Amino acid sequence: MSASHITKKLSVLLGLLLVPGIALADYALNMTQGVTEISKDIYDLHQLVMWICTVAGILVFTVMIYSLINHRKSKGAVAAQFHESATVEVVWTVIPLVILVAIAVPATGVLLDIEDPSKSDVTIQVTGWQWKWQYNYRDEDLSFFSNLSSDSNEARQLGADPSLMAKADNYLLNVDKPIVVPVNKKVRLLITSNDVIHAWWVPEFAVKRDAVPGFINESHFTATKTGIYRGQCAELCGKDHGFMPIVVKVVEQAEYNNWLKTEKAAIAAAAGDSNKTFSHDELMAKGEAVYKANCAACHQADGSGGGPFPGLVGSKLVTTGSIEDHLKLIIAGKGIMPPFGAQLSDADIAAVTTYERNAWGNNTGDTVQPAAAKAAR
Amino acid sequence: MSDHPTGIKRWLFTTNHKDIGTMYLWFAFTMLFVGGAMAMVIRAELFEPGMQVVNPNFFNMMTTLHGLIMVFGAIMPAMVGFANWQVPLMIGAPDMALPRMNNWSFWILPFAAIMLVAPMFMGGDFMDGQGPAFGWTFYEPLSGQYDKLAFFIFAVHLLGFSSIMGAINIIATILNMRAPGMTLMKMPLFVWTWLITAFLLIAVMPVLAGVVTMMLTDKYFGTSFFDAAGGGDPVLFQHVFWFFGHPEVYIMILPAFGIVSQIIPTFARKPLFGYASMVYATAAIAFLSFIVWAHHMFTVGMPAAGELYFMYATVMIAVPTAVKVFNWTATMWKGSMTFEVPMLWAIAFVFLFTIGGFTGLMLGVVPVDFQYHDTYFVVAHFHYVLVTGALFAIIGGVYYWMPKWTGNMFDITLAKWHFWVSTISVNILFFPQHFLGLAGMPRRIPDYALQFAEFNQISSIGAFIFGGTQLLFLYIIIKCIKGGDKVSDEVWEDAKGLEWEVPSPAPYHTHVTPPTVK
Amino acid sequence: MSHAEGSYYLPEPSHWPLVGSIGLFLATGGFAYALTYGVDGALGNMTVSYIGLAIIIFMLFGWFGTVIKESMAGKYDSQVDSSFRMGMIWFILSEVMFFAAFFGALYYMRNFSVPWLGGEGNNAMTNAILHEGFQAVWPTNGPGNVGGDYEPMPATGLPLWNTIILLTSGATLTWAHHALKAGKNSQLVLGLFLTVVLGILFLSFQIYEYGHAYNDLNLKLTTGAYGTTFFMLTGFHGFHVFVGATMLVIMLFRAMKGHFTAEHHFAFEASAWYWHFVDVVWLGLFIFVYWLI
Repeated sequence: MSASHITKKLSVLLGLLLVPGIALADYALNMTQGVTEISKDIYDLHQLVMWICTVAGILVFTVMIYSLINHRKSKGAVAAQFHESATVEVVWTVIPLVILVAIAVPATGVLLDIEDPSKSDVTIQVTGWQWKWQYNYRDEDLSFFSNLSSDSNEARQLGADPSLMAKADNYLLNVDKPIVVPVNKKVRLLITSNDVIHAWWVPEFAVKRDAVPGFINESHFTATKTGIYRGQCAELCGKDHGFMPIVVKVVEQAEYNNWLKTEKAAIAAAAGDSNKTFSHDELMAKGEAVYKANCAACHQADGSGGGPFPGLVGSKLVTTGSIEDHLKLIIAGKGIMPPFGAQLSDADIAAVTTYERNAWGNNTGDTVQPAAAKAAR
Repeated sequence: MSDHPTGIKRWLFTTNHKDIGTMYLWFAFTMLFVGGAMAMVIRAELFEPGMQVVNPNFFNMMTTLHGLIMVFGAIMPAMVGFANWQVPLMIGAPDMALPRMNNWSFWILPFAAIMLVAPMFMGGDFMDGQGPAFGWTFYEPLSGQYDKLAFFIFAVHLLGFSSIMGAINIIATILNMRAPGMTLMKMPLFVWTWLITAFLLIAVMPVLAGVVTMMLTDKYFGTSFFDAAGGGDPVLFQHVFWFFGHPEVYIMILPAFGIVSQIIPTFARKPLFGYASMVYATAAIAFLSFIVWAHHMFTVGMPAAGELYFMYATVMIAVPTAVKVFNWTATMWKGSMTFEVPMLWAIAFVFLFTIGGFTGLMLGVVPVDFQYHDTYFVVAHFHYVLVTGALFAIIGGVYYWMPKWTGNMFDITLAKWHFWVSTISVNILFFPQHFLGLAGMPRRIPDYALQFAEFNQISSIGAFIFGGTQLLFLYIIIKCIKGGDKVSDEVWEDAKGLEWEVPSPAPYHTHVTPPTVK
Repeated sequence: MSHAEGSYYLPEPSHWPLVGSIGLFLATGGFAYALTYGVDGALGNMTVSYIGLAIIIFMLFGWFGTVIKESMAGKYDSQVDSSFRMGMIWFILSEVMFFAAFFGALYYMRNFSVPWLGGEGNNAMTNAILHEGFQAVWPTNGPGNVGGDYEPMPATGLPLWNTIILLTSGATLTWAHHALKAGKNSQLVLGLFLTVVLGILFLSFQIYEYGHAYNDLNLKLTTGAYGTTFFMLTGFHGFHVFVGATMLVIMLFRAMKGHFTAEHHFAFEASAWYWHFVDVVWLGLFIFVYWLI
């Protein structure tokens, strides 16, 4: 790839000329080869098409530039008067056609591989939400949500301290809870959405598939290397479209099995919380964390709201309304507010309700226990 | 002395194709600056990682309105402006076929533009972004969440209504008003491309009206076009939208082909090579535009057979497009070229549009499109075809015909500065976006991971230079209108065509008695 | 200004287009306002919209009035006539494409989205996970049973009668056209009158049919894919029948005033083309919306 080397150097040079002082790290000038057979095939196809275009471009541009230099009036060129030739027209209609066939044939092969989700080892249902992903391991009875990690979330607020970005782990490309899959196993993805269209994209797997509400789109990947792979939502899905990353940890089978075991144990423990009684302070602490992860994106960290999202400070429902209505709104959603019943446990819902009713000077003094949330479902 | 009405009424009530053309062009220019200002906000926010300038919703509103305003407010009206001024001049007609309707086509536009941007200022905090913020493609169901959707929908209805009437007028003019002897195959290529464009408009603008009507009833009257629960499908929206949308991109580029096909022969002093094949290629591109729409939506989960069909059909477009580029090259070949300002823009068009064409071909190949789709690679692609393609042709066309319109030559030195600074900065602006896309940066995000910082910064710097340079264009135009070296009727040495046979500046009424074409 | 000395008639500057733009702006803007700011899903204040509508109607009278006056004064030559014809033909084509969008939506739902929801093609999991038990049949109101249980509208009965009525009206209009070309004005008036009566009859039947659908069949605009396509297609068609009938009523008055001659009667022809277009759309509707279910 000598040419891409040259372009790389040139653009680094250009960058140096234009903006001295910026760190020239992590340049990526070309598509990733990725870690699956298909991603490598796609990369090869990309290289093929790009080089065909480059060569064709160079040929055409050379002719044009030659003409621009030599057929100018100032050099005494006298205009020829030819203005048509059926032969030439046929020739330069046929040549592109042949090239296109040369591209279409391998492209067809790769596409048919991509569209074959059969014989998978792990099946994960991926559901897009505004603005987070839900993963459901179909064969394992395991389901969880994956949000933008909190350090990135703080750093990405309008006017936040810029040093927070550097401190954040993989700024904007990190989540609180990644999905884990075994290496060298075919992972089948059942992609759908709960609200608007999203798109699940991890460049290293060359999987990009829209999450369409009401329909399931299938895709698959077989990662051949362990590691952490990151991606983002690739379809405009509203305000926080840029803030719903995807992180996939590819691990050895044994590690995967362990992970499954731990996760299921944690779920069992959380289920037990539904019947517990917590102190007011415990609920407030837990509630603040839940609020930051799930509610602050719209209602803001200080509960002030904004745009179509109502403020919670002194809000009627939150301060004087009944606890039951408050719980039901969180569980079932309303209008553009999504239902949180599926993603939050009873304890989470109780905690966040307690938090909202007491934070920011709302001071109702209410304490809401998980049992109330359970009853409100 | 004055042979035309004066004052505000001249512009409000006019039935004169030149006045209406002028209004279209000024409207487009105004919108270019409005949309351009929004682009500056976008690039300012993306100058560095982190959120510094606007909040995410406002950012989305900027990308949405930037796209809509540039497509419907700047490029399309500019092309219609050219058609109004030039088509009657070039075919030897006294005016457009339906002059009153011509006035109406224009005067709907400002109202539509107001309807489009008014929600920005309605209700709530301005900086939260009260306007449409769902992308210029307004995909359902995201657009359905917008509380002031009805304003957007009716703005699109008005724009469509205006375009359809404009297109009908252009077709009637071209088919019915040609001077004796001006057979179809003698028409200047600009007229041909507009004739074909007008057919595209008539065929697809009603489909756009249809799809926004479906949005209207889905949101306000409980229909289920785009709702799976009722048996509909959000993807149906995309099919109908792109059935309009793909021809729409050719609506913007075909007249640009026409302008360039006028400019190059003039300054190469050689007839256009392959005139007939240019006409056929234009028609072929227009036909193909109807059967390739779903290549904008390869990731929505179509059956493989559908993806294959749309891939094959899409890459076919490369054939007639390549024919056009080859013909322009052959026109220049063994010519006697000079490089006046319009020619510079036309040559830049041929080079840079070709780059956009190549990336278009790459995007048409389904498996790789899975990696390119909805990344900055796409953004780079369509800005190469629409900015260095359509917009460059428009600017070249203004420099080509403005001396005829005003009777004055523009300031050539400044115009050359305008050209060189624009051409260099536009590449600094858009070329790095190819790399950003390939490296994995999605489009329409207000903030990005740190590894994308450098190229974004370079791109933003290019954007500020390119944007600022267009103020120079405004200055050049005003200066040219106010005065300058008087030009001859022919304006350019050896320029061929009926428009160069009328006096400069072109009088209020031209070709009152039809000229005879040999 | 008519400094123009050529034969092609170039009209004076006109205020009607601007009046029309203001009317359109108020009508649509007012409607958008009412839709946006209605309370609890009800429509908000429509006053501005109605004012806009009134301005549009005023503009139509004024503009067409001007054109009729110019026409009667003999200002239009055959080339102007030809421009008008092209204008009407391409306008009708644009209308065809508008209907095509809705027919396309119907086609897509029947052949793609509904079968996919039922698990066909690459959508087995769509049905198995999201819409378990949903059977893809047409008509349907979708896996959500949107709008509740309903009965489809049978093709026999009123729709069949309406087909016959509309086809007959096409024939009476053609008869009127022949009379016009033969210079028989009283036959022209009679033919037009019959066509208008048939048009009104059609519309009355359709209104009755809608009442029947809403009251007896629980078939509503909100009845999922079937209700959506049924009412949107027949509704837009009905609106076009109304517009076409209005045009014919005006032609009837003009015919009674003796405006048309065997040679010059573009307005009549344009209205007739429009009526035939509406006729053809109905045939498509009858086949795809009523019959093939």
